[in-house]
Amino acid sequence: MLHIVNKSPYERNSLSSCLAHAGKGSALLLIEDAVYAATRGNVAEAGIRRALETLAVYALGPDLEARGMQANVIEGVQVVDFAGFVDLAAEHRTSHSWL
Amino acid sequence: MTQTRDEIGEDEAGHGVVKKFMFVNRKAPYGTIYALEGLEVVLISAAFDQDVSLAFLDDGVYQLVKGQQTKSLEVKNFSPTYRALEGYDIEKLYVEHESLEARGIREDQLLVPVQVVSAEEITRLMDEQDVIIGF
Repeated sequence: MLHIVNKSPYERNSLSSCLAHAGKGSALLLIEDAVYAATRGNVAEAGIRRALETLAVYALGPDLEARGMQANVIEGVQVVDFAGFVDLAAEHRTSHSWL
Repeated sequence: MTQTRDEIGEDEAGHGVVKKFMFVNRKAPYGTIYALEGLEVVLISAAFDQDVSLAFLDDGVYQLVKGQQTKSLEVKNFSPTYRALEGYDIEKLYVEHESLEARGIREDQLLVPVQVVSAEEITRLMDEQDVIIGF
């Protein structure tokens, strides 16, 4: 299963709720303002590092770049482009966008 | 455009294929339009004879609290609609225990019979769905 989060961890609880419900082996894709969660030194870092033990974590490159965050991504988070986003959606049987 | 049976979700005998749909509700009822719109979509889905379930997590549990009175606010009180879901064969309402507890809400304060389940159980239920739609 693919979980998609698009809100900053400072603005909403979408990411924390997603992490509390994402089953082992599922994938997490961070897009739009949620890419801040994929960067070092932010409030969500510990949660992302824990998630990396059981989930595949991806962040959308164009959103990181637009925000100047591309050089600050947590090790282990995989950066994907739009085609990678499409591949992830196609590879997983279901997806859920956490509003 | 001609659609194949597979595309329109029919098997060879022409019967619709039943899929498991879960609607995940995570917003409180009147601050945003999500809860009401979500409920509308749930009611529409009932017309398609699918295996529908609803999950209430985070502020979504506030949607089911008894005693909602919206007269002064002059908006529609849609909470009675949850009681009508049973009439549309939508009987699987899962409410997350952790979300209730964090908000100090007891099961007896809810306006409709539900199954209170753990976050872990919600994870398992989500994993077995064909389609998940969030509001």
